[in-house]
Parts: sequence; C-alpha cells; structure tokens
Amino acid sequence: MVAKKCVAMLLAGGQGSRLGVLTKNIAKPAVPFGGKYRIIDFPLSNCTNSGIDTVGVLTQYKPLKLNSYIGIGQPWDLDRLSGGVTILPPYMKQSVGEWYSGTANAIYQNIEFIEAFQPEYVLVLSGDQIYKMDYSVMLEYHEENQADLTIAILEVPWEDANRFGILNTDDNNKIYEFVEKPQNPISNKASMGIYIFNWQKLKQYLIDDQNTIGSSSDFGQDIIPKMLKNNDRLFAYPFKGYWRDVGTIQSLWEANMDLLEKSPELDLYDPDWRIYSRNPVEPPHFISLGAKVSRCIITEGSIIDGEVTHSVLFSGVLVGRGSRIVNSILMPNVRVGVNTIIENAIVAENTIIGNDCHIGCLDALNKGDTLCDASNDITVLAENLIIPSKVRINKGAMIDTDNLKQNSFEL
Amino acid sequence: MRDTMGIIYTGDSNISLQELTLFRSVAALPFGGRYRVIDFILSNMVNSGIHHVGIITQNNYHSLMDHLDSGKQWDLDRKRGGLFILPPYVSHDNRGWYRGEVDAFFSNMSFIRRSSYKYVVISGSSMICNLTYDSALEFHKENNADITVIYKEEKKATKEELSRHTLLQTDDNNRILDIEVMPSNPKSDKVSMEMYIMEKQLFQFLVEECVARGLHEFSKDILIKKMDKLKILAYPYDGYLAKIDSIQSYYHHNMELFNTENFYELFHRSGLIYTKVKDEVPAKYGIDAKAENSLVADGCIIEGQVENCILFRGVKIAEGAIVKNSIIMQDTEIQDKAYIENVILDKEVIIRKGKRLIGQANYPVVIRKRAVI
Repeated sequence: MVAKKCVAMLLAGGQGSRLGVLTKNIAKPAVPFGGKYRIIDFPLSNCTNSGIDTVGVLTQYKPLKLNSYIGIGQPWDLDRLSGGVTILPPYMKQSVGEWYSGTANAIYQNIEFIEAFQPEYVLVLSGDQIYKMDYSVMLEYHEENQADLTIAILEVPWEDANRFGILNTDDNNKIYEFVEKPQNPISNKASMGIYIFNWQKLKQYLIDDQNTIGSSSDFGQDIIPKMLKNNDRLFAYPFKGYWRDVGTIQSLWEANMDLLEKSPELDLYDPDWRIYSRNPVEPPHFISLGAKVSRCIITEGSIIDGEVTHSVLFSGVLVGRGSRIVNSILMPNVRVGVNTIIENAIVAENTIIGNDCHIGCLDALNKGDTLCDASNDITVLAENLIIPSKVRINKGAMIDTDNLKQNSFEL
Repeated sequence: MRDTMGIIYTGDSNISLQELTLFRSVAALPFGGRYRVIDFILSNMVNSGIHHVGIITQNNYHSLMDHLDSGKQWDLDRKRGGLFILPPYVSHDNRGWYRGEVDAFFSNMSFIRRSSYKYVVISGSSMICNLTYDSALEFHKENNADITVIYKEEKKATKEELSRHTLLQTDDNNRILDIEVMPSNPKSDKVSMEMYIMEKQLFQFLVEECVARGLHEFSKDILIKKMDKLKILAYPYDGYLAKIDSIQSYYHHNMELFNTENFYELFHRSGLIYTKVKDEVPAKYGIDAKAENSLVADGCIIEGQVENCILFRGVKIAEGAIVKNSIIMQDTEIQDKAYIENVILDKEVIIRKGKRLIGQANYPVVIRKRAVI
C-alpha cells in the first residue's frame, strides 16, 4: 500500500432521526440536497478538491442507498489505484460482532484500515453538513502549530451554542476549554465536528478509550476532554464561509432555500471547487408553453407544465398543468398532477401526488405573498407515497404510508 | 448482441453546416441541450448490448476525442472490448487521408480483423434517433440476409427533403431493388439511415474488393453494385429520426424537440441517451425570469425572458434580455437588455448589453464559437 499523508474518515452512520420520515429508509448523508446533490457530496467533493484521495466512509444505519450511491467513488474522482473511497460497515470479529457505539468507537474499529496507509494525520468528517472547505489549508495550519488535534470552529449565535461542542481559546487559537453541548455556554465558538488528529496520538487514545469502562466512545464527550486534560496541543481552526448542519427539517429546508438567493453565500459555480455528484442520465428539463417559473432551481429531466415559485426541484420531477409549487422542495422523480397546490413542503423521492390536491400551508395563496412561519409549518411527505386526487394535507404534517389515511382530508 | 461489434464513421465533412463545423466534425456537433450528435448512435449501440465500438475519425476530431474520453459515460471503459477511437494515420500503404468511408474502413482493417465478433453494425454519424439493433439483427439472421439496411419511411417528407437522402426501393419481402443517392427526382420515401448489419467476414471481403478496384463509397460502390449478387434487405424503423446536414435541418430538428411526442421518442423510446458529464449546478431562474416552451440544461442561470429556446449547459441570460426561437450553446452569455431571435449561438459567445440579433425562421443567423458581439 502506498503511504498517505492524510486519510479522511467520514462518519456516515447516523440515523438522523430529527429528519423524520426523510431518513426512514436512508441514512442522513444520502438525503437529497440542492436540486441534484446528496448531503455526502459536499464532504466527498471537499476531500477530492483538497487533494485527499483516501476516504473511509463509516456506514451503519440503512446503508443500501448510500452504498450504491458511493459505488467505487467515480463521480468524486475517488476511484483510485491506491486509496480512493472505501465503505466501512461494522463487522463480525472472531467471537462477537458489534455496532459502532460512538464516533470514536467507529474509528477504533477501523484502525486496521487506517494503518494500512501509514498516515501521519487522520481527518475526521461528518456526513450531515453543507459547506465548502479546503482541508489542505487546515492541515497546513495543523502542521504549523505542531498540534496534536486541530478542530475547525465557527462562531454561532449565542442562543444556538447549547447544540454544539463549545470551546475557548487563547490569542493563538490554542484551546484551553471544551464542553460538549453546554447548558450555559462559555463562548460561541462552536466545533464543526471536523478534526485533524496526529494518527499515532489518536490511535493510542482510541485504544485507551476502548479499555475505559463507562466511556461513551465519543470524540466530543470523551476523547477531546481527555486530550485537554493531558495537556496535548489542541488548536482551533477558525472557518469563514457558509456552513449548515442540515440535521432538522427546518434547517434542511432553509439551506435549500438559501440557494435561491440572487448570489447565494454558498457558491456552487466555482470551477475550481465543483461539488460533484452522481449525475442522472436525463435530457434537459422542459418548461412548456403556459408554464411559469421564477426564483427556483430546476434540474435536468424535469417537465414543468404548471407554476413553480421559490422552490427547489430535483431531476425527473413532473409538475402538471395548473399546479402551483411554492416554497417547496420536490426530490427526484416526484410527480404532481394537475391543479394541485403545494406550499411549504418537502416531498421525498418518487412520491406521486394526484390532481386537485392541497398540500401544506396555503398562506401565500390566501393572503398574498406573506409566508408561513417556516419553523413549524413545513409539511413533509415520505418517499414512494401515492397521494390520491382531491385530498388536503394540513400544514406541518409529516406523512408516511401508515398515517396517510388519517391525515388526508377530502376536498 | 454479444457477438456484434459496432463501427461508426465520423469522417463526413459537411460544408452546408458552415461555421458550426469549422472546429468540429458533424458527430461532435452539440444537439438537444446537452448532447453531441454522436451520443445518440453510440448510446443506441450500448443499449443494444454492443460493447465493442470503433469510431473512425477524420476531420477536426479533437473535440470528439475530448467528448468521448475513455468511453466511461457510455459504459465502454472495458477490459473486453470497449471504445476505440481510430484517427487517420500515415504508413507505407496509407496516406492518412480517407477518400471515402470504404477507404477509412480499409485503413482500419487490422482493428476490425482483430476483433472476434461474428456480426458488425456499421453506422454513419449524422442521424439522430433512439433505437436498438436487436430486432434488426434478429431479422437479418432469420432471413439469411447478406446485408440489412435500416431505413425509415418518411411519408410526410417533401420531394426536396427526400432528395437530401439515400433512398431505397424494396419489394414486398423487404428486398432492396434499387438505391439512389440524393436523387433529384425521388422515387421512394424510404430513407436509408446509413446503418448496416452484416457478418464481419463479408464486410472485410467487400471492403477489400472495393478498395482493390479503386472505389471508396459504401452506398454507391458496394450496395448498388452488389444488389443482384447479394441478398440485401431493408429493415424498417418507425421512431423519431433527424438527419443533420445543413443549418436549416440542424435548427429545425432542435426546435422539433418542443413537441412532447418527439421528445419522448428521442429520449425515452428504447433506452437512455448518455453523454459526457459536466457536474454543472442545476439550472436557476431569477425572480423576474420568464421561460416558456424551452429545453434548459443544468448550469444555466436565467434572469431574463426565454421562449422557444434550447439552452445548453452553463448559459447565462441576464435581466431584461429576451431570447426567442434560438439555440444557445454551452457557456454562452447574453447580457442585459439584449434581444435575440432566430439565432444559433455557438459555444462561449458573448452578446453584449442591449445588442439585437435577428434571423429568419427559415434562415437563422449563426454566430461562431467565442465571438463577442
């Protein structure tokens, strides 16, 4: 095996239970985003654009779609002779098998994989964030500081600080305090869950942690506090730019809508920093005579006969004549019949909606252009549903096959 | 069709495509918003289960090679078979320039001989359609044909349109009785699609014999001359067909795709059409954008007004710009308040603020690659 300076380990095993029915059958990193991407395209593209060509993807929850999506990594140029992308599911050992019990445990169980490349550094990433970042700059920073661990941080609004790992640094960005999800945050410098470790150091901590009774085997809870206690060199790497954790329905919806701004903070057009994805084999999208489109994203393979405003449409979406799509996200191959209104909704892959339906909050239609309160009014339809014609589904509902009947009302 | 290989001849130069083929072969001409002409033939072969395809190139084949790359997008990066690009070369018995398609086949005979397939599908590269060759090959075998020519009956075509094609006359058993290449008085509406099926051995023999006699054209020097000695049959295709041989036909066939039936026939009939992946961002419409009856590829940013247009990947239409009945190729930019009607803009063209460019429906204006207006 050719030695690699830095190996990336991408934690993609989380269920993402806060995304409700959207992650019922797929892992969170496989959730579609931004018209043609899936969340995992961002860290994978960042890796390949940063010159990191060896990536282990740790999967656990509902991995089928994620595995087939990643394949041999060709869309991200990660089909390599040496290294490339490797999917690392939990596996049986001689006497027992065990699941990944925590973020650190997941890496621990793959020490052999990392050792094969004899890296100096290991980059740990999570699979549920939307951002562009050059990890090679962070790695340089890590080397300059002769750090044992570098944590990428950004300043978050104080009221959100209790959802993150919060840390304090001196003037040289050396970390002297770290608290995971604190009740009373000491600062608003939040860990982004992006770490660069010196591999030999990390390996020792992982082995020690495995032998520590009662440890939750989590980087934020266990490994980082222990390193801090032992006076290791921990540095914060301040990140500037667009970064969103899309772990909730609301944040996923908002991050999609952010792309509709005239010049979005997240620039997807940079030719030097393409976000790669598995491209569908589809013809260009077709806007028919009488259709209306404004402030929206539409992907190849879609056919629009109706009206689409302030929405994100993935590939292969059909919108029938007289239908109106407002403030919504329609994931791949969603079909909408005629004269149906969908507002403030997320519709997952392959769901078919009949004619003359009303889905979600209809404020913009009833009261001119005032928007709903997006925070709790987003309606979510699971994948592969068939919504019959002339049905109303109320705002804020989260619909799956088992509760479709009691939540759909005749019009 | 594991026992069949494909050969695509892309050597035709076509002066009536003017500036569009200045820098590229017809096969590499952009079509339908995100494709090049060759994508259709190549995808048809792949969708038929043909996994060994040789592409003979001659004129300006740089952009074609760039487009095809390793054949990965057509699933043709294979250990067994795969995609072979066959450019002209110079050797003691080869002058490097083909005098006709048969000469081109002859020059690449070692590639053809080396491949161990029983049948060969030969195709030109100016036809756009969506078909698979399975049933034609089946027909060929069942009828013990020596050569099968695929054709389409163009019942609605005018005399003028027909006279641009090679036309077949057949009997009730599909046997070809006569062939005329671009006749001024068409006697048939059966248009040869320039696609032929035969046994590889026979193909080798015919090519070698033809070249030995100093002749070089497949239709004129092989098909017509062998009509009596060989069993040459015609196999009908009834889907969408477009032949790209002039600015008018190029413009017309692109505009034809707004018809839902044509659209489905071409993109979904027998299989998917593959092309080079560019990883573009999905298309984005601005707050004042208006779009109707248009095909729009990924990577476009539309702030202005678009009507009856084909927009290739990465086209930018600024606020206040109006674009009608036009074909706008990759990465072309139309700045604010420009007005474009009945125009074909090649790649990377810039139309500056407020400029007006108007062609006629039967004679669109063509603007060459990288022009700034």
